[in-house]
Amino acid sequence: MSAVEFSGVTLAVGGRRLLHEVDLAVRDAEFVGVLGPNGAGKTTLMRAILGLVTPVSGKIRVLGRPAVRGNPAIGYLPQVRSHIAPGRLSGWDLIASTVDGHRFGVPIPSAAARRDIAAALDRVGAGALARRPFAELSGGERQRLLLAQALLGEPRLLLLDEPLISLDPTHQQSVVQLVRELQRELRIAVLFSAHELNPLLGALDRVLYLGNGHAALGTVDEIITGPSLSRLYGSEIEVVRVNGRVFVMSGSHEVERDEHRHAGHGHQHGGHGRHV
Amino acid sequence: MPGMGTSMAGTGAMFEFDFMRHAFWAASIVAIVAGCSGYFLVLRSQAFAGHALAHVGFTGATGAVLIGIAPLWGFLVVTACGGVGMALLGERLEGRDVAIGIVLAVSLGLGLLFLHFFTSYAVQATALLFGNLLGVDAATLRTLAVLAAVSLAGLALISRPLLFASLQPELAEAKGVSLRLVSVLFLLIVAVAIAESAQIVGVLLVFALLIAPAAAAQRLTSRVGSGVLLAVVIGLLISWGGLALAYYSDWPSSFWITALGGAAYLASGLVRRAG
Repeated sequence: MSAVEFSGVTLAVGGRRLLHEVDLAVRDAEFVGVLGPNGAGKTTLMRAILGLVTPVSGKIRVLGRPAVRGNPAIGYLPQVRSHIAPGRLSGWDLIASTVDGHRFGVPIPSAAARRDIAAALDRVGAGALARRPFAELSGGERQRLLLAQALLGEPRLLLLDEPLISLDPTHQQSVVQLVRELQRELRIAVLFSAHELNPLLGALDRVLYLGNGHAALGTVDEIITGPSLSRLYGSEIEVVRVNGRVFVMSGSHEVERDEHRHAGHGHQHGGHGRHV
Repeated sequence: MPGMGTSMAGTGAMFEFDFMRHAFWAASIVAIVAGCSGYFLVLRSQAFAGHALAHVGFTGATGAVLIGIAPLWGFLVVTACGGVGMALLGERLEGRDVAIGIVLAVSLGLGLLFLHFFTSYAVQATALLFGNLLGVDAATLRTLAVLAAVSLAGLALISRPLLFASLQPELAEAKGVSLRLVSVLFLLIVAVAIAESAQIVGVLLVFALLIAPAAAAQRLTSRVGSGVLLAVVIGLLISWGGLALAYYSDWPSSFWITALGGAAYLASGLVRRAG
């Protein structure tokens, strides 16, 4: 059974078509890096899997069933917003607020829910972190806690939307490693979107590259090639490999780095901006 | 109204008077409702919505007076409609402070016009704008208690999805929470809390009861449960303290309650910095 299956899926947001008749199948228990230029539809793809965006045409199946909103088998980590958890609210309280959060009632977690939260926190090594105010944690610590939160309810599929954004390279590596370990231990499928391929290189099984309305799913060697990426970007792309790292170039510009800088996270790196 | 004469203050037994007992009960009921709903207002960064709804309510209250209904009901109906409207417009209101400000000014102006047609103009206006805690009678007290019970029950019912939707809206939406429904229900509850608070401190000063205790509480604790509890306790303390100070000083109770609310907020900042 596939974790995620798209057949002839066309996705549009606000009248703009992002994906056009895409077919793909993410296998059970595989780690897939989701890449592509800004606005290629990485977030929309995840929202469609969550049942929040209805395809214009085609069918999406998640773990063998049609995509529906509120699927408990999906753990989701949305893209980070700046002011999650105002004031001094503790990480524990933030996480606990999601338990049964869709049901009416008073938010007092049961003993079983408390045990689940403790177990999820232990799994990511964040038991002590959770007692501190969430707003005072570093970016890496926050992602650790939010990963624990995404694991609540024993999901079979994790959707992680840009969890590396605004993290320094060391923290990026620790988050990627943690996700890889969790994914192997729990044998769950992971879709992990990112601006850059390199932090994910050692961890991922396959790459899902979006661009120009198309999607290409395959191994790094299959997808990250000049011809394949040229099709996705709609312009001439060259792939350069140096010391086990991959650089996607358009002319003299490094495309992924530029994308990264456009997102406003201050990694200055040569070349001019390129809007794709 | 403030100004019951200094001779009474000399007795030292303020609970001998019916109006003082009523005032204490009313202040207590309202402090509990305002503390609970204020906690979520602050959590959702909607403090200003509370202020805006109070202004809109002024029109309702004065309009009700004009057609011979108790101002509380006019206030409640118009504030509730305003709350629902605000929740439905939702994100479209974001960054629209000019439009919101103009709606507020028009509301107050309209309220003024309604009062103009009413004979005992000045008394009504002061009571609505700045509260009339010492004028609460037994019937009003009963109404306040019933409304409080209804709004607290409502808040308890929606508090879990409300907390989820307030803290992590994208995730809540993905997990099947209707953000719009939660928002509408919450602002309806807030409308009741504001109508009640306006009885105590008036339209212009609802911030003191609704926002100050909750904001102070959120600076002092990192837990949700203790935050709500603390907001209620601070609200009770400033209401009781304000009432007692008004009794002994003969200054308006609304002044004392707002002053203590401001002081509580200031103190919470100092405590936090010291800790």
